Amino acid sequence: MRDICSGSTQSDREHSSTVPEAVEQAEWQQSNAECLVLETGWDNTQNKMAVELDVFVGNTTIMDEEVYQLWLDGYTVNDAVKVRMEGGVMEECEASADVLLSDTMDQYRTFQMCERLLHSPSKLANQLLFQIPPNRQAMLIERYYAFDDAFVREVLGKKLSKGTKKDLDDIGAKTGVTLKSCRRQFDNFKRVFKVVEELKGPLVENIRHHFLLSDKLGRDYAAIVFFANHRFETGKRKLQYLTFQDFAFCAGQLISNWTVGAVDNMVEDMDVDLDKEFLQELKELKVLITDKDLLDQHKSLVCTALRGKTKAFNEMEANFKNLSRGLVNIAAKLTNTKDVRDFFIDLVEKFIEPCRSDRWTAADMRLYLTHYNNSAHILDTFKHQAVWDRYMVVIKSCIFKMYHD
Amino acid sequence: MPGKLKVKIVAGRHLPVMDRASDLTDAFVEVKFGNTTFKTDVFPKSLNPQWNSEWFKFEVDDEDLQDEPLQVTVLDHDTYSANDAIGKVYIDIDPLLCSEAASVISGWFPIYDTIHGIRGEINVLVKVELFNDLNRFRQSSCGVKFFCTTSIPRCYRAAMVHGFVEELVVNEDPEYQWIDRIRSPRASNEARQRLISLMSGELQRKIGLKVLEMGGNAVVGYLQCFDLEGESGLVVRAIGTACTLDKLSSGSAPNSNTHMHPNTAPASNACNSPSKDGKEPVFGEDLTSSSGPPTPFRALPTTSSSPPPFSPSKPCSRQSSSSDTDLSLTPKTVETVRSMRGIFLCPSSPTLSTDTLSLVGFGSVGCGHGSAPRATTPPPPSSIPSDTVLLRKSVSFTEDLLLAASGMGSGGSVGKEAGPLKTLLRQQTQTALEQREFPFFTLTSFPPGFLLHVGGVVSARSVKLLDRIHNPDEPETRDAWWEEIRQEIKSHAKALGCHGVVGYSESTSICEEVCILSASGTAAILNPRYMREGCLDIGISDHRFEEPSPPSCGFCHIPYDELNMPFPAQLTYCYHCRRQKVPDVLFTTINLPQEAAVTGKGCLIQARLCRLKKKAQGEVNATAISNLLPFMEYELHTQLMNKLKLRSMNALFGLHIQISVGENMLLGLASATGVYLTALPAPGGIQIAGKTTGDLSNEHHILTIQKRINDTIAKNKELYQINPAELTEEVVGSPIPEPRQRSRLFRSHSESSDELSELDLSHGKKDAFVLEIDDTDAVEDIHSLLTDAPTPTGFYSCNTEIMPGIYSWTSGVQMFTSVRVFRLSNASLTNQGLNKIFTDLCENLLKSFYFKLRSMIPCCLCQLNFTVAVPEEELIQVAVTAVAMTFDKDQAQEKPADKPTTKGGSETEEQLQFPMELCADASSANTQPSSKISAASVDYGSFADRCSTWLELLRLKAHTIRRGSVKTISSLEHCSPLPEGRSRSLRSNRSFRGSPVTVVKMTPLSFLPGTRIIKYLGIINMFFIRETTSLREEGGVSGFLHTFIAEVFAMVRAHVAALGGNAVVSYSMKECMLMENPNKNQAQCLINVSGDAVICVRETDQEPNPSMANIGQTCASGTDGAT
Repeated sequence: MRDICSGSTQSDREHSSTVPEAVEQAEWQQSNAECLVLETGWDNTQNKMAVELDVFVGNTTIMDEEVYQLWLDGYTVNDAVKVRMEGGVMEECEASADVLLSDTMDQYRTFQMCERLLHSPSKLANQLLFQIPPNRQAMLIERYYAFDDAFVREVLGKKLSKGTKKDLDDIGAKTGVTLKSCRRQFDNFKRVFKVVEELKGPLVENIRHHFLLSDKLGRDYAAIVFFANHRFETGKRKLQYLTFQDFAFCAGQLISNWTVGAVDNMVEDMDVDLDKEFLQELKELKVLITDKDLLDQHKSLVCTALRGKTKAFNEMEANFKNLSRGLVNIAAKLTNTKDVRDFFIDLVEKFIEPCRSDRWTAADMRLYLTHYNNSAHILDTFKHQAVWDRYMVVIKSCIFKMYHD
Repeated sequence: MPGKLKVKIVAGRHLPVMDRASDLTDAFVEVKFGNTTFKTDVFPKSLNPQWNSEWFKFEVDDEDLQDEPLQVTVLDHDTYSANDAIGKVYIDIDPLLCSEAASVISGWFPIYDTIHGIRGEINVLVKVELFNDLNRFRQSSCGVKFFCTTSIPRCYRAAMVHGFVEELVVNEDPEYQWIDRIRSPRASNEARQRLISLMSGELQRKIGLKVLEMGGNAVVGYLQCFDLEGESGLVVRAIGTACTLDKLSSGSAPNSNTHMHPNTAPASNACNSPSKDGKEPVFGEDLTSSSGPPTPFRALPTTSSSPPPFSPSKPCSRQSSSSDTDLSLTPKTVETVRSMRGIFLCPSSPTLSTDTLSLVGFGSVGCGHGSAPRATTPPPPSSIPSDTVLLRKSVSFTEDLLLAASGMGSGGSVGKEAGPLKTLLRQQTQTALEQREFPFFTLTSFPPGFLLHVGGVVSARSVKLLDRIHNPDEPETRDAWWEEIRQEIKSHAKALGCHGVVGYSESTSICEEVCILSASGTAAILNPRYMREGCLDIGISDHRFEEPSPPSCGFCHIPYDELNMPFPAQLTYCYHCRRQKVPDVLFTTINLPQEAAVTGKGCLIQARLCRLKKKAQGEVNATAISNLLPFMEYELHTQLMNKLKLRSMNALFGLHIQISVGENMLLGLASATGVYLTALPAPGGIQIAGKTTGDLSNEHHILTIQKRINDTIAKNKELYQINPAELTEEVVGSPIPEPRQRSRLFRSHSESSDELSELDLSHGKKDAFVLEIDDTDAVEDIHSLLTDAPTPTGFYSCNTEIMPGIYSWTSGVQMFTSVRVFRLSNASLTNQGLNKIFTDLCENLLKSFYFKLRSMIPCCLCQLNFTVAVPEEELIQVAVTAVAMTFDKDQAQEKPADKPTTKGGSETEEQLQFPMELCADASSANTQPSSKISAASVDYGSFADRCSTWLELLRLKAHTIRRGSVKTISSLEHCSPLPEGRSRSLRSNRSFRGSPVTVVKMTPLSFLPGTRIIKYLGIINMFFIRETTSLREEGGVSGFLHTFIAEVFAMVRAHVAALGGNAVVSYSMKECMLMENPNKNQAQCLINVSGDAVICVRETDQEPNPSMANIGQTCASGTDGAT
């Protein structure tokens, strides 16, 4: 294997042909095996020599952010070298392809050695092997745990299991993310999930604490964990228009309003699960649609408030009962795990799609839901104001977020 | 029993999973010192055990304290089978034995296993209580300070410099013992690590004893090396410079009043070492340990009052009266294979290389320069009195040599400089020579004014056949070998009219049973004013009456008598003071003196050379090698010279020539830093001459080459900003050399300098250096000359401590180690092809560095230390350690008024000595300084952080953390234990400030820019072996070595941090020996590193807070007091 000279002239030689086909190998070993193959030196035919070994170790670990990103993105060393060459770093520094290759391999090795530490980021600050300034550590962690929205959109709500992992190559092909990167992202999700699954206390805080992530990334992971935990259906065609950020926002709403931690964050329960009592209480809301008087009263209150304020008034008036039934039914069914999974698809089918077909604008939606929510308070016979609000605050913001093309 | 060693095992973290079933580990610790072992309790089912052991106390001799390392072994308890070792930590407790160094060792040490590398960390606390022992027959030398730094350490003043100390100890290599066949490689490697640790302890103790005998208290420039001689054993040897150092008290200028006293009144020495009457300490090895009779060699220096005797009679006398170790060597080894090589790299270029070997009977190669056309191929051995002009120049020399050689018969080494030396010596006081040895100094930087004159590089090499060391207690053979080499060096220095050798170093290269011993240094005259009274009046007889030379050029002035120059050189009047003669070129192994006047900037200059040789065994091989050596030295020297001229420079500093031997080739690498010394004349250009005239295309070719060379020179001048002030005729004429001198000068140069006009001499305008193109080789040579790529913009490089011409360092520092191994896939290579490969290898390495460090621009690579080796047939290994330092480009031109030497003293010193007081309340101390630290040191994690965590850890002890949950959490808590509730711990963990890892900077230099060293904590000298049987899985050899080097760095840093330090200065990687067997998926590597652990603070801090550095120690002592 050592005699292979894959260098500037033959750099496109596919290295993977020599990689042992054992895909099931432990990740760590596998990536190293790749590294070995890649290190077999570069072309120097005119000099009849081959680099047998080439390492560069700094007391302060040298890491190039650009190379790190390429590594994270799953580029092979040779591809990374190509990208870097195109990036013009060579001209800038009077370097040759050999130099670039050597540097890239060094960095890849470093990253591979660091990867183990990145799996439990708090170790990175304590370990002695690499001397990395704190800001670089933060960068390493943040980037390592960063993910492609396109990829995460595909696995959102799926069980983070071996089965899903096997489908990663399909997902990779679909999203244009390399398999290696897919694996890293998937494993990150799984790792975070496993750690916080059992933990008490605020989900986002837990994630940030254990993985030293930024607030934004912590929230995103909370969403991923939350979705994975409840297995929300996100893959249906009707939901395809929604981005990860839409879902992340909704997850945030659910976490901060519908979980146990939302009411009492010191309670001995987990943020990951929805508040069972609350879900039970939601059944009470059914009165809004089962009680004919209440329904009519509600409708007239809303219509009075809306009249003249929107072009879509007629459609709103005509559809009120349907829409209201939709929303309340969603609420009533949430005690069923299966229906929790379908929460988003239900929202879209029962509410968003009808509105969209009636060409409501976003402002219409806002107006309608505000009044729909508020009017319920005026209903004298409706006793479940607290539950209603807790329900509607999430529904409102979710629908606002989801109501786009 | 003058010492009590106390050890406490506090905790472990990040341990590996040893029990697959539970994913946990039941760890306990064995603490071993000498033959005593203690064990901690088993801490069950945890990867982060908290042992908090009692204090384990060892009552031991201080001799053992010095020799033995403390062994901490972490094991996994197994009820049913044998306990599995997780790994070990070796802690050198030597720094604790010196009152001025560290007082406690405390910190997280990586647990190291030869197979698995670092496996978690262990927190250990070590203290030593030392009782004074006034026994004058003691075998220990506690309290002698050791420094790797090759200058007077920054916060000390040299009260006296006693001179050279050396010692070596030998042992059998455990790897080659019979037991190796039955035990695992891992056990074997551990035995090896332990043994070497023990041997270096012993070596240090013995050196310390010698220092004490000389009346010193420290060894500066301590250089310890291992020779892994394979089956013939293992040699650990060290050299250094004994000094009496005074700690600088506040306010005193560190170096201005430094007095150095190189060696010593003989009388006092005699008293100091009664075992050898009148023997100078310089060569007084085995003062205490050797019970055998002194070898003739040792006796020689004393008995021989005049220099000439050191030559021919040596081998004979040695053989006849040598000790039994010697005799056990086969006579043939002594007679036929013994071949000494010596070389002068003298001020004015000429290489005087000589080789004498009875078998071949070949004499010398001399090379003139200047007006003489130079032959591009070395004369074949058979034609010594070759008719080339260059040889004519050194004709007197050759004659002498021939005489000597023929007279000697099978004699062996020859005093080649006999002729000129005699005349030279006649002028010197015979008595003075009788009285004292020439001092050797391993130092490379000196206080201003210490160096009076520098003669040039002196070096000697010798090829030896290794034989089994029969009696480890009497390493006579190895001693004798080095003795020989040192004698050689000494005589070379004498020939240059110098009484001292500075920047002295020794090295070996071993391949199978052949060993090349090398030594080199710079012949110099040291200022008598700095010597002890009455002890020195030799070698300076010519100069002492002259008015003192200005410091900026004085060292360039020739030390030898211009009438009897030891080699042909072109002398001119100093371009700076115009009073004394200077050579046209100056080569040295030392750093550029700080007071030296330099024009422009310096640059790294390397000469690289490969020579094929036939594979052979035993003597034949040794003979072949020793035959090749002079040619290699000659060519390396020529290359250096050419490259120097190409860069329009006239002096080399830090010259280091390494010749490595492999089975089928020899590698030569000479590195140095080229400089334009203002005092020396401008170098002439390089002129190309074709031998075959008439051929038009050829002439055209020559013209193009000539043009390229001229262009390169011009470009380089610009690049390195070499634009010396043009000297006008009048100015040049002003010194007015006395006519008498002139005429004599001419006479002495009668053969060679006839074409030099008077005007030429006074002008210093040289004839261009002529390169003759007469065959393809020469063309190759010239091409290779021109292929050296210039350093990219923003980069400078040098192999000395400081880049000449750059004075405004900023604080950016990046030390790195890089290793490359190239496989020559085609066996039928020519010398030229090999040279090209080797040159490309080195050039590519440099290019890689520039690229990797591009973010530091403007920056300079300093102390670029290349080490070449031929680990296997067809493999070339190059290992480089260097430091990249940033500098301020705008200020780069100006030399600041105050030199960096004048720092080092500090008001905080006194405070430092009483760290205890500072920490009466450790907690208050640790919170308060933490803020200051981040300001004080450039570092992120800081001492206080580390200490506070550690402190809290201690305080926490049995503090149970209620956390009804999972292991991940608990592991986190162990990492940064905070007793408070969860919310707090959440915060602190998220922010990185809580990082307990001390930042430890490392540099091969003796200082860190922008900082001041306030305390030296002791020497770091570590030896590691790493092996693998799963090479492929670890990422191949590159992955394997990458991990290993990173681990070595980590362990060095951890040890420094545990001593309370925050930096390593004078760091070097002495050995990096990699063996691989890809077919078996195996590899093994040995690394030896050394350096000085220090505490440094930012220079800008007026009041550095010493408590921060010592807090670790203080809290440790505090808690200790409680127990």
